[in-house]
Amino acid sequence: METLTKIPKEIHPMENLLRMERIPHIWCPGCGIGLAVTAFAAAIDKAKIDLNKVVVVSGIGCTGRVAGYMKLDSFHTTHGRAIAFATGIKLANPELKVVVISGDGDLIAIGGNHFIHAARRNIDMVVICVNNFIYAMTGGQVAPTTPLGAYSTTSPYGCVEEPFNIPYIADSSGAVYVARWTVLDVRRLTNSISEALNKKGFSVIEAISPCAQYYSRTNRLGEGIDMLRFYHDNSEIRHGEDTKNLDIGFQTKIIVGKFVDRERPSYLEVYNKKLQEMEV
Amino acid sequence: MNESNKNLLSGKYLLSCAEACVEGAFIAGCRFLAGYPIVPALNIYHHYLKRAKDLGATYVQMEDEISALAAVLGASWTGKKSMTATAGPGFSLMMEHFGLGVMLETPCVIVNVQHIGPGPGMPTAPFQGDIMQSRWGSHGDYETIVLAPSSAQEMFNFTIKAFNFSEHYRVPVVVLSDADLADEKEEVIVPELEKIEIESRRYYDGPKEKYLPYKREADFVPLMVDTGKGYKFHVTGLTHDERGYPVMNEECQEFNVHPLVWKIRKNADKIINFTEVKTDDADVIVITYGLGYRTCLSVVEQLRAEGIRVGLLKLNAIWPFPEKRIYEIAKKVKGIVVMEMNCGQVVYEVERIAGGATNVLFTLQSINEADTTQNLISAINHALKINGVKDKIIGLNDLMSAGD
Amino acid sequence: MKFWRKPLDIDKIKIPIGEIHIIKDRCKGCGFCVEYCPKKVLEVSKEFNSKGYHPPLVRNPDACRECHLCEMLCPEFAIYITLKEEKPVSDIIDQLEMK
Repeated sequence: METLTKIPKEIHPMENLLRMERIPHIWCPGCGIGLAVTAFAAAIDKAKIDLNKVVVVSGIGCTGRVAGYMKLDSFHTTHGRAIAFATGIKLANPELKVVVISGDGDLIAIGGNHFIHAARRNIDMVVICVNNFIYAMTGGQVAPTTPLGAYSTTSPYGCVEEPFNIPYIADSSGAVYVARWTVLDVRRLTNSISEALNKKGFSVIEAISPCAQYYSRTNRLGEGIDMLRFYHDNSEIRHGEDTKNLDIGFQTKIIVGKFVDRERPSYLEVYNKKLQEMEV
Repeated sequence: MNESNKNLLSGKYLLSCAEACVEGAFIAGCRFLAGYPIVPALNIYHHYLKRAKDLGATYVQMEDEISALAAVLGASWTGKKSMTATAGPGFSLMMEHFGLGVMLETPCVIVNVQHIGPGPGMPTAPFQGDIMQSRWGSHGDYETIVLAPSSAQEMFNFTIKAFNFSEHYRVPVVVLSDADLADEKEEVIVPELEKIEIESRRYYDGPKEKYLPYKREADFVPLMVDTGKGYKFHVTGLTHDERGYPVMNEECQEFNVHPLVWKIRKNADKIINFTEVKTDDADVIVITYGLGYRTCLSVVEQLRAEGIRVGLLKLNAIWPFPEKRIYEIAKKVKGIVVMEMNCGQVVYEVERIAGGATNVLFTLQSINEADTTQNLISAINHALKINGVKDKIIGLNDLMSAGD
Repeated sequence: MKFWRKPLDIDKIKIPIGEIHIIKDRCKGCGFCVEYCPKKVLEVSKEFNSKGYHPPLVRNPDACRECHLCEMLCPEFAIYITLKEEKPVSDIIDQLEMK
């Protein structure tokens, strides 16, 4: 079983979980995805998971690039279908620890159907959804999580749609662990991820992150540091809050915390049990 | 898997095409099926589920065909042979992931039980019209392998062959069937397991830290590893280099994409497969595939009895297309009649390859057997009567521009 | 830090002092580490790194308590902390206010 080894003083402690030949990464100055990566790396260490058995699957987008920087078995697949791909991996080899790290547009827009079905089936995997309220990689288009009235390159008059509430979707589809943290709250995010890694079933952790170039600049919100200051002043921890109340409006209060932590048998547990009971 | 082998079939059975397909898949080692219900392909799922317990096989019904093929690709990367089965509209949905499977070089088998289209069409009637789609359906440059059985025995054999090809060349392979073929029960002889040739994927066995996911062997196919074994590799659907990392420039595009084409084209001779009946001295040769074979065979027998020198070439592997042989034939016959159960797809390939060396006629295989036979006989007779080579496909059913 | 009386285990507690390692050329000048260090150890420097950003500067090295928050908050993996030494409380007792 391989875990993070003690590394010498001259090297950053996370370097043996990163593909150092590809660092520096492509994310902008002030982008919060790097913080989701540090939280994930620290969580893997904390949860004492065998590194040989972790598989990271991601989709397309800025957050989708996370798979390419992690020194683990990783797959960078098509837009929106990371969860479906990960379902195949998990069901074919249940010993693997499958983590899907992808963005809000990838997981909830084009991948929305796969998200709710995997939650319904309770496939044993951890989904880390980095929510920056925009489609960043392709140039800042409006996303299903963009708050009402916010500007983007395809909502130049302000967004006309109400956004999705990701913990609510996850909860109502049957996810067993649902949490939301801002990337400023790295330690609590790390704890949530490591709890989810050790939990059986479909876990969703939403990490609210600044998009320092598109969302924040188009909406005159400053730079990454200004958005972090906003999260600092406007996020409120309410564990166990009903997920119906977790909507995020434009520059409104963000409720964070661990909302759902329950037990349900996973897909494979029920499948194997029924197969055994079956009289052919 | 070894333990479940005792539950595999061996001997003579009465199986439908769907059952033969599933039994062939199990013998080839397939233990994962992800699918989405679509009418002509349902019997494959039912039979698979019936046998799943004995063979320790996993089934998941996904929420659409897009995720079905994605799950199959994911499962394949864990080392398990995987397949899916679908029909026209589902096959269209799978196109993006077909491209991903080609780009990631993932072995898997897709059974396309074709039904009438375009659009939702007629799910319960037979049709053989996804020939071009199975070759060109996804975007970008790639080559593919497509097999077309004509009977339950061939379905059994070709499914095993499809798994072998997909594991050897690391490419998704399509097996074409249709709604009629799927349900007819015929005799299938299953040889003993030891006598069946089953290919496994070629694994890399060097030091883990030196593994390069896309370093190619002499036949342009890279060696594979399973996920979860400590290789810590990264693969991406973006244009990538040997290390599997995305590198977005033109040199990398050529480096990465051209071998996807070469690995099939340069090994085409090992994949191309066709059956010839009485072609040595034929004046007219009929080319067909799939369900049309039986009609053509009976017509050929009938006309031969009348003294007309007609032969038959049945395509077993439609892609890669048997260009050399078709060109040889075109140079020595008076005409080639292509019978298809669609408005003309393979006929264009034949015309292109014949290159003007002979007349190419097209005849439609319609649902009505009597019409089909009549049309075929007229086409063959017409081919024998034509003087000189015409410069376009000759059709006698108003589907192509009519001949003289 | 204010105590209302001298803590009973003051001889046993060790205060960790961290050594700050900054990989200057990885820094993209986001300012997260400077803003959120609880001890205000860092500040934005005036120098440029090879990419043209201003990396952080250690203003107050003795104040670092090896909490690793800057290391966790850096999106570029450009700063990390190792344990330099552990001082007994008595060494820094004059910085603490006690009755």
